[in-house]
Amino acid sequence: MMPISRGSRQPARRCLWAAFLAVVLAASPQAFAATDPAVKRPVREYVNPDAVHPIDVPDPIERANRWMYQFNAMFDRFVFYPVASGYVRITPRPVRNCVTRFFSNLMEVRNFMNNLLQAKAEGCVNSAMRFCLNSTLGMGGLFDPAKEAGYPQRNEDFGQTLGVWGFGAGPYIVLPFFGPSNLRDTGGALTDGAIYLLMTNGIVGEIPADAVTRTAVSSGVSGLRAVDTRANIPFRYYETGSPFEYELLRLLYTKMREIEVEN
Amino acid sequence: MIRFLLTILAWLAAGTVSVSLAAYDYPFINPYEATVVGTPDFYSPELTEFPPVKTYTIPVSPDRKIPDVFWYTRGFRFSLVRQGQPAPLIFIIAGTGSSHESSTMQMLQKAFYDAGFHVLSLPSPTHPNFIVNASKSCVPGHLMEDSEDLYEVMQLAYDRVRRRIDVTAFHLTGYSLGGAQAAAVSRLDAEQRRFGFEKVLLINPPVSLFNSAGVLDRMLESNLEMEPSAVNRFFGRYMDLFSNIYQRSDTLKFDENFLYNIYRNYPQREEDLAVMIGLSFRNAATSMIFVADVMSHAGFVVPPGKELGPTDSLTGYFKVLMQTGFIDYIGEFFLPYFIQRNPDLTMDDLLDRVSLRMLEPYLREADHIGLLHNEDDLILAPGELEYLRSVFGDRAKIYPTGGHLGNLAHRAVLNHMIDYFRN
Repeated sequence: MMPISRGSRQPARRCLWAAFLAVVLAASPQAFAATDPAVKRPVREYVNPDAVHPIDVPDPIERANRWMYQFNAMFDRFVFYPVASGYVRITPRPVRNCVTRFFSNLMEVRNFMNNLLQAKAEGCVNSAMRFCLNSTLGMGGLFDPAKEAGYPQRNEDFGQTLGVWGFGAGPYIVLPFFGPSNLRDTGGALTDGAIYLLMTNGIVGEIPADAVTRTAVSSGVSGLRAVDTRANIPFRYYETGSPFEYELLRLLYTKMREIEVEN
Repeated sequence: MIRFLLTILAWLAAGTVSVSLAAYDYPFINPYEATVVGTPDFYSPELTEFPPVKTYTIPVSPDRKIPDVFWYTRGFRFSLVRQGQPAPLIFIIAGTGSSHESSTMQMLQKAFYDAGFHVLSLPSPTHPNFIVNASKSCVPGHLMEDSEDLYEVMQLAYDRVRRRIDVTAFHLTGYSLGGAQAAAVSRLDAEQRRFGFEKVLLINPPVSLFNSAGVLDRMLESNLEMEPSAVNRFFGRYMDLFSNIYQRSDTLKFDENFLYNIYRNYPQREEDLAVMIGLSFRNAATSMIFVADVMSHAGFVVPPGKELGPTDSLTGYFKVLMQTGFIDYIGEFFLPYFIQRNPDLTMDDLLDRVSLRMLEPYLREADHIGLLHNEDDLILAPGELEYLRSVFGDRAKIYPTGGHLGNLAHRAVLNHMIDYFRN
């Protein structure tokens, strides 16, 4: 700022300077901030909106997804993870492994159907052999002799089938409780889920007991399956500490599904 | 006879700072491989798989309003593994960007637990949980200020657990940046004597944070152009690789041996390994800088008045920060902040404050402080290893290989660490 010349001989000029200073000093800093936040590295300067960045995944309902992500994180922190941890603590590992193998075996029906729909002969044989061997020799799926026999577990779900049929993943969706998904995989999971329910209701229907007991058994089994699934996933929300976990998980999920569809 | 004497002389000359090569058989001689792949199971001792760890959350700054965007990290988090009988307690300070329970922290926890110590694990002052809860300035990198914050939370953490443990002695260690901070905390303790650390070990510390920041930035930027299409190509290549690997295996379990086995079947070029290391640090930097920016209202990438919540998109900020290096942080964020607080500070003053050299007189005299490092550690600038040798003398144990922390889980290295604290 130009110093006011002490020797100024013209009082009018001095008054003008004084007025100018008064205006400048009286103007509130907030007014300037509102018009120019002066961020050192503004997004608009550093990010080219036309370029496709590796972190970009189509996410048109991002705000809703983030809300759901937070909901899932809180549900996990206060309900899901404590229950799964408790289960891990009180259940011996061999028992937990049997539980996991039991549910995996039921999934072989889904795997077989999806291999069929994808015209994967080798996959069909694999799932069929796994289901037969593990259900019989493996005592109802509690053990996995099929793996030793050369038939390892290869999951195929309807979302992957749709992918193989040419359906793109579609927008990213965070499902309540289940977490990351996309439009195609949600549809796939619903289809698989419906078939799973039909199958288990069929099995439960064979139990010689009344409807209430059967419902209890069915709910108990579903609950156990959920807890077993959670116990086997080594993920804890925000364990990375990264504020960008939402973006990173979105990318990881999308890439993993691409790889699974390719195979 | 002459040859025998010469051999003995050579061994005596080398023996004080290197280790018997027969016991140290770490397989990787390339520091980039070592840093990325770490220590395969075969070279590690058997450690307790599930030590009795308890995680604590304590309010450190109850008057501070933590913005909703950081709702998930309210409360300072640390962990304790306790012994059932009287035992020495060792504090461990995590490395750059790591929490109290990162994989390296868990490995060290197990090793010290098995050796009979209580272990109290602390997050790094560069980790979001620390910045949000325990950092006074919320601008990490100032060695002395970060260490003052650390010393305060160490007191609070110990107070929280002291009734549950019977402590016979206090020790301190830290790795990478945590090693440098351990040195500064030790100096504070020499003055304030809240704990009276019997032994302190600095594991692979940097000397000048500024120099190491430059090394890490260059590791990424000189091997990968940080613009979308080049980065896309890099990731595309690795997606294809993972796709191939997935086809050949029925499970994708990410443990030490998985990486080692992959590496044996698909060895990578040094430039790509450098990019991976650089990216890992760059990712830590994005978290650190974003959190510091929001908490200190600095206006670096986030407009200072803006209140971010859990449903706001942060992807734009991520993209900017992936192009921002540690040196940019120091020049455009860190330095202006500290100069604004104290206009008398010069650039040289500030660069001193991010360096171990500031503690040199103390480190030369402190017999209870030891150093553990590797000849080929990547984070050190030329001349810095020699500097550390000259300061620590025979208190330094320097392995010939291992890169940056690659050999930490090797049985010879763990044995050395534990012997150091035991004797």
